[in-house]
Amino acid sequence: MAKTLFQKVWEAHTVRQLPNGQTQLFIGTHLIHEVTSPQAFGMLRDLGLKVKYPQRTFATVDHIVPTNELKEPYSDPIAQEMIEALRKNTKDFGIRFFDTNTGTQGIVHMVGPEQGITQPGTTIACGDSHTATHGAFGAIAFGIGTTQVRDVLATQTLALSPLKVRRIEVNGQLSPGVYAKDVILHIIRVLGVNGGIGYAYEYAGSTFDNFSLEERMTVCNMSIEGGARCGYVNPDQKTFDYIKGKPYAPKAADWDAAVARWQSFASDAGCQYDDVVKFNAAEIRPTVTWGITPGQAVFIDEKMPALETLNAADRATAEDAYKHMKLAPNTAIKGTKVDVCFLGSCTNGRISDLREVAKYLKGRKVSASVKAIVVPGSQLTAIQAVHEGLDKIYIEAGFEWRGAGCSMCLAMNPDKLVGDQLCASSSNRNFKGRQGSQTGRTVLMSPLMVAAAAITGQVTDAREVFKV
Amino acid sequence: MSLAKVTQVKGLALAVPGDDIDTDRIIPARFLRCVTFDGLGEHAFRDERTGPDGKERAHPMNSPQAARIAAAKQGVMVVGFNFGCGSSREHAPQSIWRFGFTALVGGSFAEIFFGNSTTLGVPCVTLSKDDLAECDAFVRAHPDVEVTVDVQNLLVTAGAKSWKASIAASARDGLVNGKWDPIADLLDGATAVDQTAGTLAYVVGK
Repeated sequence: MAKTLFQKVWEAHTVRQLPNGQTQLFIGTHLIHEVTSPQAFGMLRDLGLKVKYPQRTFATVDHIVPTNELKEPYSDPIAQEMIEALRKNTKDFGIRFFDTNTGTQGIVHMVGPEQGITQPGTTIACGDSHTATHGAFGAIAFGIGTTQVRDVLATQTLALSPLKVRRIEVNGQLSPGVYAKDVILHIIRVLGVNGGIGYAYEYAGSTFDNFSLEERMTVCNMSIEGGARCGYVNPDQKTFDYIKGKPYAPKAADWDAAVARWQSFASDAGCQYDDVVKFNAAEIRPTVTWGITPGQAVFIDEKMPALETLNAADRATAEDAYKHMKLAPNTAIKGTKVDVCFLGSCTNGRISDLREVAKYLKGRKVSASVKAIVVPGSQLTAIQAVHEGLDKIYIEAGFEWRGAGCSMCLAMNPDKLVGDQLCASSSNRNFKGRQGSQTGRTVLMSPLMVAAAAITGQVTDAREVFKV
Repeated sequence: MSLAKVTQVKGLALAVPGDDIDTDRIIPARFLRCVTFDGLGEHAFRDERTGPDGKERAHPMNSPQAARIAAAKQGVMVVGFNFGCGSSREHAPQSIWRFGFTALVGGSFAEIFFGNSTTLGVPCVTLSKDDLAECDAFVRAHPDVEVTVDVQNLLVTAGAKSWKASIAASARDGLVNGKWDPIADLLDGATAVDQTAGTLAYVVGK
């Protein structure tokens, strides 16, 4: 019988059925960071349990790392304490730690792919909802809670129920100036922020075939913003090429067998999906959010919706959103004044993002009214960017060049909005207070749109600013 | 590990309205700067409850009803649709539970939040849209009437009112049998786990 990748990976990792009907699912790769793991290690100690497969858990620090301090101890004692706790936990339990002094630290969802730990046909779990990012490689990757982090540490398994699979097909060529970020923002806008509850999203079609692995990661990353706990792209030659030679990639003698195995996990032709949705890439334009959920989005050249045009069920949230955002229904978002520009995060902090923006940024200057920061998602990305001279382009344009971390995506570190500042952000969430100020406002967009906002001081159309 | 059987939860109820209430709103990220869950209860919905000027806002969590629930350490939160979306932070259900809520009734729950709550022994049951609206209106109008979330019989009752509730069968099974924390069952499977591990090339190092 023809099967989806999800079904094949699920079956290969099923240990047994639990008494409550759930599946005990083997988690081949476990990623941990400083925020959601300390309590899990505490529970492990309280229960007197060991880590079952320490070699299958990998750790790094990302959320609380200050991006403007290179030396420890950090001026933030809590950040220091949390890093020290992870150092102790990984040491006590024999877990590999990509620490700040190794040149390999970074956002956990960047470290896995960079190290070749993220592989097709595998199960991955991490105490972070953006774990779906790893689905770009054809892995089934779940975000989990802290008690589940304990479960994976102690048993290398989780109690889970299978998901339905929705195939989201995007076909055709994106217009110039339209990016993977616009594709996922558009998908969420159409299917809704809760449309994916109960589903895994399989992203497919010629647009995804043509995407690089990094573009696929941008899309898979935001599956959770659409309510889907995981999202994936079937592995292909691009996937294998990306993994080849990475530190944890299968070595010479094992490589061909690994590729054959990985290929075998791809969804079969003629397999059954629980739902299929199709999009035409040519119809997608640069997309920005105007509200407080990632689904509240418009094309940059559209007006924000009038309240009466919305479904009754969406109206209360929209009213709340307009009030919080200090924006007016049925007006253009283009031209809205911007205070801060953030280029980074596990959605758009990779080398391809930094390269694409740098191409257009040369010779341009950040508006005097804007604070703009660029935060490579990982140390390896930062090193590569510096090697290519990208840092100089950003600095000359007026961006602050920072160290690796989650930074202003969620403001658990010093990078925060102040008061009701409006941030043009390449991150993934525009929730109220998300960027560290209760009254702060976030407009999500692609990296090039962030750069256009930085230069003009406004939410604007990058295609016009950069003559794309 | 012996756990309480959560067949029904009874207590005063508080309506916290709105759809798509994300976990950043339930517990802002700055309260995740910690290595234990202790003390999270008092910060549940912190930025909804306290304005930027430091003054209390009009929010259900600031009401005398919320204080009664906090004192009783049991109670029911009535919420909207897609409650708990966003971040996987277990700190969100931990803060609600530590505040004093022992069950949630809503239109729908984000999956990670639902799983995190179940693992704490906190049932999140759903009602149909119309029933939820009625339940919400009832608990606002009758703050002194206790609400019962009957996980065993899949009913939410309050006074003479009763609404048919739903919850994932596996969660219901775990709650009513006192096995809502799966760790014991997962540990029981250790031998089978090793067998599965042995079939996975990437786990055995190839």
